[in-house]
Amino acid sequence: MTDIISRRGVLKGAAAAGAAGLIAAPAIAQAKWPSRPVTMICPWGAGGGTDAVVRIIAGLLEKSLGQPFGVVNRTGGSGVVGHSAIATAAPDGYTLGIITSEIAMMHHQGLTQLTYQNYTSLAQMNDDAPGVHVKSDSPYKDIKALAEAIKAAPPGKFKASGTGQGGIWHLALVGWLQGMGLKPDHVAWVPSNGAAPAMQDLAAGGLDFNTCSVPEARAMIDAGKAKSLAIMADARMPQFKDVPTLKETLGIDITLGSWRGIGGPKNLPADITKLLGAELKKIYDSKDYKEFMDSRGLTMKYADGAAFEAFMADSDKKMGAFMKAAGLAKA
Amino acid sequence: MMNTIVQAFGLVFQTDVLIAIFASAIYGLVVGSLPGLSATMATALLVPVTFYLSPIAAVATIITASAMAIFSGDIPGCLLRIPGTPASAAYTDEAYAMTRKGQAETALGICLWFSALGGIAGTLSLMVLAPVLAEFALSFSTYENFWLAMLGLMCATLVARSSPIKAIASMLLGLLITCIGIDNPGGVARFTLGSTDLLGGIEPIPALVGVFALAEVMRSITEREPPKLEHRRLGSILKGQWKLTKEYPVQQTRGNIIGIIIGVLPGAGADMAAWVSYAMAKRFSKTPEKFGTGHPEGLIEAGASNNASLASGWVPALLFGIPGDTITAIAIGVLYMKGLNPGPTLFSSQASSMYALYIIFILGNIIMIPLGIVMIRIASRVVSAPRSAVMPVILVFCAVGAFATAGNNLFAVWCVAVFGLVGFFMEKNGYPVAAMVLGIVMGTMVEQSFVTSLIKSDGSILPFFERPVASVLAAMTLAALLWPAFSWGLGKMRGGRAQAA
Repeated sequence: MTDIISRRGVLKGAAAAGAAGLIAAPAIAQAKWPSRPVTMICPWGAGGGTDAVVRIIAGLLEKSLGQPFGVVNRTGGSGVVGHSAIATAAPDGYTLGIITSEIAMMHHQGLTQLTYQNYTSLAQMNDDAPGVHVKSDSPYKDIKALAEAIKAAPPGKFKASGTGQGGIWHLALVGWLQGMGLKPDHVAWVPSNGAAPAMQDLAAGGLDFNTCSVPEARAMIDAGKAKSLAIMADARMPQFKDVPTLKETLGIDITLGSWRGIGGPKNLPADITKLLGAELKKIYDSKDYKEFMDSRGLTMKYADGAAFEAFMADSDKKMGAFMKAAGLAKA
Repeated sequence: MMNTIVQAFGLVFQTDVLIAIFASAIYGLVVGSLPGLSATMATALLVPVTFYLSPIAAVATIITASAMAIFSGDIPGCLLRIPGTPASAAYTDEAYAMTRKGQAETALGICLWFSALGGIAGTLSLMVLAPVLAEFALSFSTYENFWLAMLGLMCATLVARSSPIKAIASMLLGLLITCIGIDNPGGVARFTLGSTDLLGGIEPIPALVGVFALAEVMRSITEREPPKLEHRRLGSILKGQWKLTKEYPVQQTRGNIIGIIIGVLPGAGADMAAWVSYAMAKRFSKTPEKFGTGHPEGLIEAGASNNASLASGWVPALLFGIPGDTITAIAIGVLYMKGLNPGPTLFSSQASSMYALYIIFILGNIIMIPLGIVMIRIASRVVSAPRSAVMPVILVFCAVGAFATAGNNLFAVWCVAVFGLVGFFMEKNGYPVAAMVLGIVMGTMVEQSFVTSLIKSDGSILPFFERPVASVLAAMTLAALLWPAFSWGLGKMRGGRAQAA
């Protein structure tokens, strides 16, 4: 029985590889993984940051493992649809995906039962810190001036955006406000369909500031329409040396970012997990990956499977606390 | 300057770039013409391919394929009453009516010729007016976006040939459908019945495919086959177009301008441009009664508009990294990937690459004409094929297209099936399905801009009328809203007087 299945699998794989214009791998009965194309699920749309990261990784995996790694964008539901597709796939190593920080948030909102525990974590590949951006002709010249103004203003007067309600940059704002000893809703959050429309509205004069990541705000900053006052990270970013951290200016330490990593469904076979872990480490250290991340202004951060899992557990706890404080969590 | 332009030509006239343009042109024509695969989908499917191309060739494939797909989305709409992309849905009935009159090739010729000219007009606006248009786009906050979306919705009543009440009912049904899912400003799951797939909401494409294509297949089963049209080979497709260009210069120019303006605005793209332009053409026509009966006027204006918007949508994308529509949203990703990071520096430090993009836009729109003519000649044979042979093939395309568009998800196929039933019964009872599709396309933008505006204004509706651009758009929307009521009242009064006399 198993023979038939694996033979059929090999045949399918060979056919698909042939269709992709590649030379089909020799069909050995008990072939080593991967003996057929692998699907990489991306819970976010084509052309976005997550899509770009998973595509560069898929491309490099394809080069070193000799089988096509096809990226499938399973979007919608603020990431729930794609994340659940990764978790519910057969744990045979032929369906993997990119897991994003939303996995540490969605279940607190009661949107899904899924948590980081439903995945075999393989490696963390990136972590972007939130920033504080204002319009270029904003009256607030630096982060201290903005912080003072926010403290002095009545609740709800200041408006900020960067992503949807309860999204990662919303939590960053909540964290910052808590750090200043203010209520989480002291600044009103204006939900937006991602960072780009929020930056557009900032430039149009509809918002006071944005808390999206620096790379997301970069095009508008380069165009002279916006400027960054601070980033919420441990250290300054090498690509944006002039932007101070919140820690050095206000003494508020928030390390909450939008992270991405590669994972598969729970209970992936140990040999596949080990092989992929080593391959992903190689990719992280490669020149190709570094050049790509630098060009997009994305921050590199690596953790191996076990460390990634621990990191996700920690992130899950932190985000849960912020969400509860902000009244965003269910139960 | 001269030097940069020469460099730009050098960048474009490379073997790999020219092959990329040619191959993606054919790819775009084929994908756009298949019901169920939209121009956005054609672009998204290209992303993995662009990984292996040089920067200019990569961007060239996106530009060429999207322009071709928007045009060829008109082909199934015209021949089978199945729009290939949401941008074609506005004038599908008109084009199909021309086909029923035996003028399929003229109708498609109009779409082709005015699409190509519209694309070139949009490119010129990109070249000459980019900074001005970009400033204009940045003056749009959520208040303006709200009125813009409302104005788009108003088009449903202007375009429909059925009673305005039924058109509004269809549109509201479309709006209700966009409430499904969690992608709303509050981030609250609505009408999801605990299903993960419904959390993602209903995408416009499966709905469009269902109500048009599948409903058409069902109709063909239940109704007797209409009398066969003879396949007549018309003379030169282009000759007729030249005559039309001279006959309707105002419509063409207006279509171009509206397309350019709508394209530049973030969140509104070719879909909305086609609707607004078709509605405009009907509103200002001397013979509005001919609309919907196979009259070229509306086709010209809408065709001129949607391709113009495609090019101008690149203005905010290139200058600020803000997508003008779903296609440029994908294109921005490719630009970053290839080191052509959006921003004003792209225009100064990489000026030759910018000029190369302009040249590709124009080149793409020029080769659209000969390739499009070949495509029209081949495709128009479908009309003479027996329906029993065509319809099963369409059914397969519907299912496969929806499955692929949703990232290999069977849920989309179910969506198509449900919407097929809905569309079939709506049409049977005189409810225009196009109005429902418009509701689905615009719904998210209406809700998002309304709710976020209210959050920003602390619940006050004054800013919707205070800001200068917003007030103008508000006046236009209210006029469009009240006009049918006004003209109905006027007609009633006249009618009453006539009876009394």
